[in-house]
Amino acid sequence: MTQLALVIDLNTCVGCHACVTSCKEWNTSGEAGPMVDRNPYGAEPTGTFFNRVQSFEVGEFPHTQTVHFPKSCLHCEDPPCVPVCPTGASYKRPEDGIVLVDYDKCIGCEYCSWACPYGAREIDEQQKVMKKCTLCVDRIYDESLPEQERKPVCVLSCPTSARIYGDIHDPESEASRAINEAGGYQLMPEWSTSPANHYLPRRRVKIAIHEEDLQRADNPLRKEDRGPRAPTTRTTLDDSTSW
Amino acid sequence: MKPAISVLLLTTLIGAGQGLFLAYYSAEWLVLLNILPLTQSDYGGEAAGLSFLLLAAGLLASFFHLGHPERAWRAAAMWRSSWLSREVIALPAAMALILAYALTKLTENDPLVFSLGSRIPLSVSMLAGFGAVLAVCALFVCTAMIYACLRFLRQWHSPLTVLNFILMGCASGFTLATVLAAFTEDTSLGYFSGMAIFLTIAALLSRYASLSRNRRLRSPSSLQSAIGVHHPSIRQLAQGAMGGSFNTRAFIHNYGTALLRLVRRGFILLAFVAPVVLLLVASPATPSLLVIAFALQYIGLLAERWYFFIEAEHPQNIYYQMIS
Repeated sequence: MTQLALVIDLNTCVGCHACVTSCKEWNTSGEAGPMVDRNPYGAEPTGTFFNRVQSFEVGEFPHTQTVHFPKSCLHCEDPPCVPVCPTGASYKRPEDGIVLVDYDKCIGCEYCSWACPYGAREIDEQQKVMKKCTLCVDRIYDESLPEQERKPVCVLSCPTSARIYGDIHDPESEASRAINEAGGYQLMPEWSTSPANHYLPRRRVKIAIHEEDLQRADNPLRKEDRGPRAPTTRTTLDDSTSW
Repeated sequence: MKPAISVLLLTTLIGAGQGLFLAYYSAEWLVLLNILPLTQSDYGGEAAGLSFLLLAAGLLASFFHLGHPERAWRAAAMWRSSWLSREVIALPAAMALILAYALTKLTENDPLVFSLGSRIPLSVSMLAGFGAVLAVCALFVCTAMIYACLRFLRQWHSPLTVLNFILMGCASGFTLATVLAAFTEDTSLGYFSGMAIFLTIAALLSRYASLSRNRRLRSPSSLQSAIGVHHPSIRQLAQGAMGGSFNTRAFIHNYGTALLRLVRRGFILLAFVAPVVLLLVASPATPSLLVIAFALQYIGLLAERWYFFIEAEHPQNIYYQMIS
């Protein structure tokens, strides 16, 4: 069984919001219709987004690190939002594990948003239906796109490649390898929703730099360290040939 | 959680309607079994009619909760998995059976179907009423389970939620039945009043149990588990939206603890203490006191339901540290 998901590397995310804006751009102009934007150029803009980046400061000054945390639907393997839906508008696709909302069936009762512990669902205050990340389902199967572009748009737009997309049930996929090799984890594991999206932890990056690494011992540009020169009294090949 | 006014009205109105029907239908059985004296004036039909109207008003209120009320019929589809869907089936079923009971009584077109022994005649209205009792019980469970089944909302995820909904609905329904009995000089008044006092006290005990349970609850989630960074000191710098979002508007309230304490004490006084006192001091000669008792209890139960929403802490609020 396939379970498509995102693996988000918190170690490389720089919090640039490229995934947020590209997600909004792709999905607001897609076939599912616009996503509401209220007061977009005012002081307090608000609207529906499938993906948001939050920032946290970890540690006590001066020993702090900033962690940027992209947050979207995690496409849980046991999604608590799906069984509570009274109309069947929320469903998990058996073929690829994507959790979707059928906007034509949704009655906007918000019950699914009560049932999601991650707050991944947002009501569109204009269309009055519940919306959430679709994992760009209208993109990843689009055969009119070149194959390398058949990925969620947030993955393509990430300038630091902090977002990896793939089938986490396939142990050979890039996503699975990233989870296994870099210690990928799930959010709020205490609720046993088994989120498909994983996060890669911050890693302490430390390289040992020795003095010799900074200054090459055999640097040819350094005069005093030049090797022995050829004696100038002897005839060289240049002296004996003339062309 | 932020309270949804339409849901407060829905749950309190249908609770009172269900309780009212149970009061009159149980009184009819007790009269049949010679436990209660035969009443000179039988207003069971009218009472069931009022119960139907309360349920209908609740149903109407619920539509205001929906983004697309015109698609509400779709909500009956997922009854296998969703308690909300089950409620959407149980509510009209209870309404239809209560209406059938009311109409057969009011039109006095109530043919006998069969008799249990020689003393207990079972007419169409009695059978419809029996079906309505089953539907009303199912409706109580469905309505409460909508909240109790959400395991992340731990303040709701308890059998006490179901018990509270049943006891509070029945208590307000029996208080309303006492009011009606006082105005119609029904001999069942003593039964209604006694049951209303008993149910109100039982509801108070059960609600108090859930209040003290909720006070002790500690969330298993933390900011550390929410973002997976295990450091004791984490401070949120940005929450991903400038002017707030659905997440900050739907789940996070910013009422002060003073107001919450006031509402908590207020609903205990209005929904439980005051009605019991008024029911004890009121007599059939003073029906206005009973009207006040029901009015206070209903307002108190609205406040109780408001507090019920406020009490529930959604784990997603962890992601909005700057507000919550």
